[in-house]
Amino acid sequence: MASKKYMRQFVSGIIDNNPTFVQLLGMCPTLATSTSLENAVGMGLAATAVLAASNVVISLLRKFIPQKIRIAAYVVIIASFVTVIDLLMQAYLPELSKSLGLYIPLIVVNCIILARAEAFASKNSVLPSFVDGLSMGVGFTLALSAISIVREILGNGTLYGISLFGSGFQPAAIMIMAPGGFLTLGLIIALVQKLRQRAEGKERRKS
Amino acid sequence: MNLDKTRHLPVVTSSPHVRSTDSVRSIMLDVLISLLPALLVGVFTFGPRALVLTVISVGSCLFFEWGFSRLVHKKNPIGDLSAAVTGVLLAFNLPVAVPLWMPVVGALFAIVIVKQLYGGIGKNIFNPALAARVFLFLAWSSAMTTWTLPRAVLPWFANVADAVTGATPMAILKEGSTSGLDLMAMLTGQTGGCIGETSALALLAGGVYLLIRRVITPRIPVAYLGTVALLSLLFPKTGSGLDWMLYELLGGGLMLGAIFMATDYTTSPSTIRGQWIFGVGCGVITIVIRYFGAYNEGVSFAILLMNAFVWMIDMAAKPRRYGLRRFARLREKFGAKHAGEREAQK
Repeated sequence: MASKKYMRQFVSGIIDNNPTFVQLLGMCPTLATSTSLENAVGMGLAATAVLAASNVVISLLRKFIPQKIRIAAYVVIIASFVTVIDLLMQAYLPELSKSLGLYIPLIVVNCIILARAEAFASKNSVLPSFVDGLSMGVGFTLALSAISIVREILGNGTLYGISLFGSGFQPAAIMIMAPGGFLTLGLIIALVQKLRQRAEGKERRKS
Repeated sequence: MNLDKTRHLPVVTSSPHVRSTDSVRSIMLDVLISLLPALLVGVFTFGPRALVLTVISVGSCLFFEWGFSRLVHKKNPIGDLSAAVTGVLLAFNLPVAVPLWMPVVGALFAIVIVKQLYGGIGKNIFNPALAARVFLFLAWSSAMTTWTLPRAVLPWFANVADAVTGATPMAILKEGSTSGLDLMAMLTGQTGGCIGETSALALLAGGVYLLIRRVITPRIPVAYLGTVALLSLLFPKTGSGLDWMLYELLGGGLMLGAIFMATDYTTSPSTIRGQWIFGVGCGVITIVIRYFGAYNEGVSFAILLMNAFVWMIDMAAKPRRYGLRRFARLREKFGAKHAGEREAQK
């Protein structure tokens, strides 16, 4: 019974409430780190780890944190986890850490994490908060991967660093530059909205 | 008679009733006619490949316009010929040695993303042909800056493997030099450059035709060219101001941009003062990019940047309503608290 509820919550965070395509949160890392699938997955997983951990801790402390300074308190909690992740990545994934650069420390001010802390973890108990953090993180990772697949194939002719088309293919450099990020993001959001509308229409007709 | 197509009733509107035979189709046809001289010079200068590229570009623009409208169940709009104009202008903005698929990708971007996704004709913010040019330029910058010499023999259809390239007038001017430049060649289009931009004379002839047919007003081209002329006259990089000014005016895509792209109805201001501001803004940005920017030519960026400000310019340049004091609206908004009331009392 309970597990079914958590499952539904998990899926809704990935599809109906996708942080990137539906809530439009965390646009800066989305545009900056979706230049290649490798970067996107690395960024997504790092953010997922921080999200799940900080949601749990904030949920545990939600009755002790005073209302007036709650944002500062959240940032302190998030920042400690980001520091842990940042140092772990520097130690074990130095290449990825270098190519993501500043965007890993910037997870501290990632608005997905702050938004979930404020909107969910501060009002719910530990287990739902953990599921929420995990599902938002996976939704973010999948969204980043979707954007980066389009951008890496068109802009570099590769996928996860593997060349796809041989030397005859001339990649469109604009797709891995900032304008390509905006274009891809906009088109995918439009597509997701269209699919959601269609699904909603079907549900309405059913009921 | 004007018929409301949905209800089969005559449309009743209040006076004044001005009759006009103009339609989008007739205007676009005029623009196409005015582009013909430049096309002829382009084909004469760069060979039949220029014509092939133009035909592909126009064909794919029409195809994407038709295809997208079909996809979203809209009425087929290709009869208004606006997509054909976009196609010709896009081809005019390409160097002749680009591979033949490039105008197809450009047309897809121009028509689907820049024009139709914003709502189609009359609703796009940016000039479709120019936006597509910039897209191609940023995507495949080496192909988009491979300038073949005039009269180089190129294959009609095959990819150009080893083009004999030469410096364009804009590259020479960027260096701050005028050596090797020939005003006569720049007037008649016998220099390196994009297919449709090289001959100032042919473009001016097209512009005069548009002016006579009252398709465009001279305001934007005069403001644009005048600003570039004034700035280059005052700040020549080398030699006398007059020479430098002529080279700056005739070089690159300035004529094509000022006459055909900056005057696009949809993406330029509709107020009279706004059109002057728009033209001057384009001129200033063009010169700034040409003098200080990373690129040799700044016309396309200048026009696109000003496109983004059209709404604001039109708001600021609204004509004064009869009976109101100058800047009444601004006064109402800032400072003078009771300006509106005082107006009413008078």
